[in-house]
Amino acid sequence: MSQAVYKRTDKRADEHAYKRTGERADEHAYKRTDERAYEHANKRTDARAYKHVYERVKLARDSKRPTGLDYIKNIFNGFIEFHGDRRYADDPAVAGGIAKLGNVPVTVIAIEKGHTAKERTYRNFGMPKPEGYRKALRLMKQAEKFGRPVICFVDTSGAYCGIGAEERGQGQAIAENLSEMSTLCVPIISILIGEGGSGGALALAAADRVWMLQNAVYSVISPEGCASILWKDSSKADAAAASLKLTAEDGKSLGVIERILSEDDIGTKEFYDRIRTLLTEELKELSRDVELTQNRYDRFRKLGAAAVIKE
Amino acid sequence: MALLNFLKPKNKLEEGGRTSAPVQRDSGEPEKKCPNCHREIPLSRLWANDLVCPCGYHFRMKARQRIQMITDRGSFRELYSNMKAENPLNFPGYDRKIETVRAASSEKEAVVCGTGMVGGQKCCLFVMEPYFMMGSMGSVVGEKITALFEYAVQYRLPVIGFTVSGGARMQEGLLSLMQMAKTSAAVKRHSDAGLLYIAVLTDPTTGGVTASFAMEADIILAEPGATVGFAGARVIEQTTKKVLPKGFQTAEFVLEHGFIDSIIPRLNQKKYLAELLKMHSGRAMV
Repeated sequence: MSQAVYKRTDKRADEHAYKRTGERADEHAYKRTDERAYEHANKRTDARAYKHVYERVKLARDSKRPTGLDYIKNIFNGFIEFHGDRRYADDPAVAGGIAKLGNVPVTVIAIEKGHTAKERTYRNFGMPKPEGYRKALRLMKQAEKFGRPVICFVDTSGAYCGIGAEERGQGQAIAENLSEMSTLCVPIISILIGEGGSGGALALAAADRVWMLQNAVYSVISPEGCASILWKDSSKADAAAASLKLTAEDGKSLGVIERILSEDDIGTKEFYDRIRTLLTEELKELSRDVELTQNRYDRFRKLGAAAVIKE
Repeated sequence: MALLNFLKPKNKLEEGGRTSAPVQRDSGEPEKKCPNCHREIPLSRLWANDLVCPCGYHFRMKARQRIQMITDRGSFRELYSNMKAENPLNFPGYDRKIETVRAASSEKEAVVCGTGMVGGQKCCLFVMEPYFMMGSMGSVVGEKITALFEYAVQYRLPVIGFTVSGGARMQEGLLSLMQMAKTSAAVKRHSDAGLLYIAVLTDPTTGGVTASFAMEADIILAEPGATVGFAGARVIEQTTKKVLPKGFQTAEFVLEHGFIDSIIPRLNQKKYLAELLKMHSGRAMV
């Protein structure tokens, strides 16, 4: 049954890539929402900033946003998908394989949420299980072997919390990714395209460069979770969202991300072309870096060090 | 028959607990109630027994007390004791909270790091503090642990770490999340240098700490009955709408599923760790 579902979604995704981006892309592009988001972004200093940040969280979760596979199909050529973690199962929440960026073969990995209700159920709403992280790691190790750069698209509310996921070591799977990614000898670029939920997102974002879409969010805990733990009231999520500093601008000012990608033309050909150009340029620079893993170590080493007072 | 199930022991600890000898007590001495066997245990007896109830239940233990228990007398030298957190995101209420916790726990942060001798073997130690915001990992915890692993690489020392944590500290937002990547990278460097890292998971080890340095050790041990997991049990129950199996996310559960090496009761830990350090101290046969 799951095979059948998979075939269908795969076919759909293919159609999607080959059809000229035109109509399909327009669907993705936010007609009014985008303008609204922009207004919110500009009004963030406003007294009502709380609400605006939370609006952006909702925007990041919008099911109409392009998902991981949309990016893969539109930015790269000849995507060949690979499956399975060789340990337990194949996790549909993580899609990965090889593709060409211009003429360069790269390994691409995406957390996929799906668009329709059926797809979303099949993809487990983009919440990977341990086997998803292990598949991603397997593909990264393969990339290292063949000297291919790794590009990850991250869009998850968090690692799946379920009984099976705990039994198969969700924590261990994430930990192993973080540890192995820290010394991977090929460049890694991660792009947060929607939600960046905690450890589940970080497990694909311990990279040389981390970019965020303008309306993507990146947070240690969901605003709802934070509000219910701290204030025992999940309806205060808007205040929590503002306090958690989870927008792309916050990420940049904290030094957690390098680049904010504008969403003005999200889903259009120009949008994907722009990302392709940026990726190509950045990979050129990274592949010349002889101190790649040292620089990656330093990138994370300095984060949070400024928040420490030494007496 | 099913009605009588409540009389049966709920876990392995209880199986032992119901039959052990009655506790001797002086009148008027302060007592602590054991949540496992429900007996009132005199504090003096608990302290003499490293906070382990006669039934086998392990109470939570302050970091300093644990260091005293594990290291040889007077050998512990603390490192990075001057580091303390500020409020990097200006999170509402965090300043006040941290002041209160600091006063109550008399610790500056949720981890104590240093070097010491365990059974005559020198090693680096980090011990997390359950009474400091439940050992949550903020920038300082990440920084201290990273620095300790770097120190251990520099002086070629093994590391023993006792983890207690509710996860990443949400008041420090993204910065606390980044500590997972930072500590993981430091542990990996230590490992690549051919050095030993032993983690002892104590109650509770969850969230971002499980998903980083707790699960990256060469040898992972746990205390009996400790909660070990990634997502919170309540969250899982709410998300999946399923009743969680008995003993879910305990040390015994992760042992059964192959994620830790062994469960070591507190009273045997020092001897066990010393033995492990000793076996890794010489050169490998050539």
